[in-house]
Amino acid sequence: MEEGRLADNIVYFARALRAAGLPVGPGAVIDAIQALHVAHVGNRDDVYWTLHAVFVKKHEHSVIFDQAFRIFFRRRGLLEKMLAAMLPETMPQTPKSPEAGAQRIQDALFSSMSRGEEEREIEVDARLTVSDREVLQKKDFAQMTAAEIAAAKSEIARLALPFDRVRTRRLAAARRGRMVDMRHTLRASLKGGGALIDLKYLGPREKEPPIVALLDISGSMSQYTRLFLHFLHAITEREKRVATFLFGTRLTNVTRAIRERDPDEALAACSAHVADWAGGTRIATSLRAFNKLWARRVLGQGAVVLLITDGLERDVDDTLSFEMDRLHRSCRRLVWLNPLLRFEGFEARARGVRTMLPHVDELRPIHNLESMTDLVRALSGAPAKAYDPKEMLRKVA
Amino acid sequence: MAALPASIDDTLALMAQADYIADRSLATVLFLSLRMGRPLFVEGEAGTGKTEIAKVLSRTLGRKLIRLQCYEGLDVAAAVYEWNYGAQMIAIRLAEAEGEHDRERIEHDVFSEQYLIKRPLLQALEPDPDGAPVLLIDELDRTDEAFEAFLLEVLADFQVTVPELGTIKAPRPPIVVITSNRTREVHDALKRRCLYHWVGYPDAQRELKILRRKLPGIGKKLSEQVVGFVQALRKEDMFKVPGVAETLDWAGALSELDAVALDPATVSDTLGVLLKYQDDIARIDQGKIKALLDEAKAELKAAE
Repeated sequence: MEEGRLADNIVYFARALRAAGLPVGPGAVIDAIQALHVAHVGNRDDVYWTLHAVFVKKHEHSVIFDQAFRIFFRRRGLLEKMLAAMLPETMPQTPKSPEAGAQRIQDALFSSMSRGEEEREIEVDARLTVSDREVLQKKDFAQMTAAEIAAAKSEIARLALPFDRVRTRRLAAARRGRMVDMRHTLRASLKGGGALIDLKYLGPREKEPPIVALLDISGSMSQYTRLFLHFLHAITEREKRVATFLFGTRLTNVTRAIRERDPDEALAACSAHVADWAGGTRIATSLRAFNKLWARRVLGQGAVVLLITDGLERDVDDTLSFEMDRLHRSCRRLVWLNPLLRFEGFEARARGVRTMLPHVDELRPIHNLESMTDLVRALSGAPAKAYDPKEMLRKVA
Repeated sequence: MAALPASIDDTLALMAQADYIADRSLATVLFLSLRMGRPLFVEGEAGTGKTEIAKVLSRTLGRKLIRLQCYEGLDVAAAVYEWNYGAQMIAIRLAEAEGEHDRERIEHDVFSEQYLIKRPLLQALEPDPDGAPVLLIDELDRTDEAFEAFLLEVLADFQVTVPELGTIKAPRPPIVVITSNRTREVHDALKRRCLYHWVGYPDAQRELKILRRKLPGIGKKLSEQVVGFVQALRKEDMFKVPGVAETLDWAGALSELDAVALDPATVSDTLGVLLKYQDDIARIDQGKIKALLDEAKAELKAAE
C-alpha cells in the first residue's frame, strides 16, 4: 500500500468507526498510521490487530470494530448501511439515511389527502330515508359512527352467502342421477330377496368453489379496508376455503390470521402481519408476486378471485395488463370489486382501471351495505349485464 | 426383502444403489420416517423427484409398491374397496335358481371377501410375505379435503372398516410416502402425523451426479454445460424454472441430437424441453442464452 492511499483509508475507516459510535478522535488516526508503519504489517490479521490496539478502548467496542473492519475492507459502500443496522441504540447515530417507511408514509398522506377531497366533492348519496335500516344501507362505512359500524358488522355477519356452486367429479346419491349406483341398488334389491332390481342413481356432487380475496390496503382504500376485512372474516367463518391476501406495495398472506374466531382479534392478527398499511399501491408488483408464489397453491379446484381495489395504480405499464391477464387465466372467475364505482359519474378513465378492465369477468360496486348485499349476489349469480366490464370500456370509448 | 437402513449414511447408500442421489437432509428425514414408522410427507416443485423416493424405496427394500394416484373426485370406491357387482348379481340369480330363498344367507354369501375388489389403500393393509409394502399416495393436493380427512383415519391406525365385513387392520404398518405439488394447502392435522420434507432443486454438484447416474452415456463436457446452464437459468426470474426431470429430459434430447457441447443455436432450438411457459421462453432470447452460457462456462472454469 502506498503512503497516500493508506492514510486516506485509515481516515475513512476512522470516520466509519466514529459513525458507528466509537470515540475515535484525529489523534487516534495519526496513532494508527504510525502504528501501521512501526508494526511493518504483512497480512490482513496484522492490520486488524494493529488497528484494534489503537482504536478499541473498551471491550464492548471490540464487536463493532470487528464488524466494521470486515465490512470496510470488503466493500466500502456497504459500510454505513451495515453500521446503522448493528448500532446499539444508546450510541450516537450516524447521519441517518431516509427511513424505509418514510416514503410510504408520505405516499399514504399524499394519496389519501388528494383523493379524499375529490371524493367528498362528488358525494351524492346518503339521503335520509324512512327507516334507520335504510339510512344505514346507503352510508359509506367511512362516515359511520362506532355504533353504526357495529350494526353494519352484525349485518354482514347475518348475510347468508348462497355461494356459486360448482360441480365436482365426486358423485353422490341423487334421485335423478345419470349413473346407476350399484352399491345401493344391490343393497336395495337384496332387501326384497333379490327378485326385483330397484335401481338407485348417482349424480355429480356440488360444492362451493374456494374463494381467494386480494384486498388492496393502500392509502386510497384505507377507509374501507377495515370493513372489507370484517366481510372477509365473516365469509371465512362460513366457508372454510377462503384465502385472503392483502396488498399495498407488497403482498401479504393473512389467511391464517383471519381465521381467528373473534373478528377483532382476527383483524389485530392481520395488522400484525402487514407492514404496508395505508401506503402506496403497486398493483402490478403485488399481482406478480401473487401469480408467481401463490396462484399455483391457492387457485386450484376452480377458485373465484375477488380483487378488491380501486385500480388507481401510479405507474401503469405492460406488466399490469400482463399480470392481470395471467391471473384471469388461472382462476375460474375474476370478480373486481371497486369502491370507486359508487359515483354515478364514474367512468373507466384512470389508466390503471382501463388496463385492468379487459381482464376481469365482472366489475362490481361495493361501497356500502347495500352493495355488500350486492356482492353476495354477485358471488352467487351469473355475471349481470350492468357490470359487464366490456360495457364500461365501450362507454369510455 | 432388505433390512431397513441402520443409519443416515446407510440410507444415503441405499438410495444411491437405485441411482437416487439424495442430499443429507432427505436421507435424514427418510431414515427417521423408516425408524419411527411415520408417514413421510414430501412437498416440492414439479420434477424434483418426489415420486421417485417411494419407487426407489420399494426397489431397494424389496417391498411391493402400491400407488394411489390422487385426483379430483377420488372416492372410497376407487381408493379403498368396491364390490364386484356383476359377480354378486350372478351369485344371487344362481342361488335363486337353486331354490335358495334365505335372505340372510344370500346376503352373507354375496358380501364375502371373494366379491371384494381391493383398491390401493386396502391392498396396502394386507399382510405381505415380503414385509409391509411401500404405499405411495401421489399428489394428495389434487383430491378434496373430505378424502384427506378419511386418509387421516387410515394413517392414524392403519385400518379401514368395510361395513359388511368388519375392520381390516394391517399386521405391520406400510411405509407411507405422501407427495404434494402444493396446488392446495394440505391440512395441518394430516401434516402433523407425518414427517415433512421439502424437496428443493439440487446444487450443481449433486445435479451433475444425478445426470451422470441417470444418463451414463452422456459426455463429460456436455453434462457439465447442461447442468451449468440449468443452474444459471434457475437464478433467472421465471414463472416456472426447470426441475431435475427437465434437466434429464434436456440432456437426453441433446444427446439424441448428437450434441457434444452447448451452443446458442442448439439451446434455442431445444428450449421447449426445459421451459414450459411461453412467457418464460420469450424472455430467454438469443442474447440471454449467450449470457447464461457464458455464466455457466465461467462457473465451470472457476470450479476447476
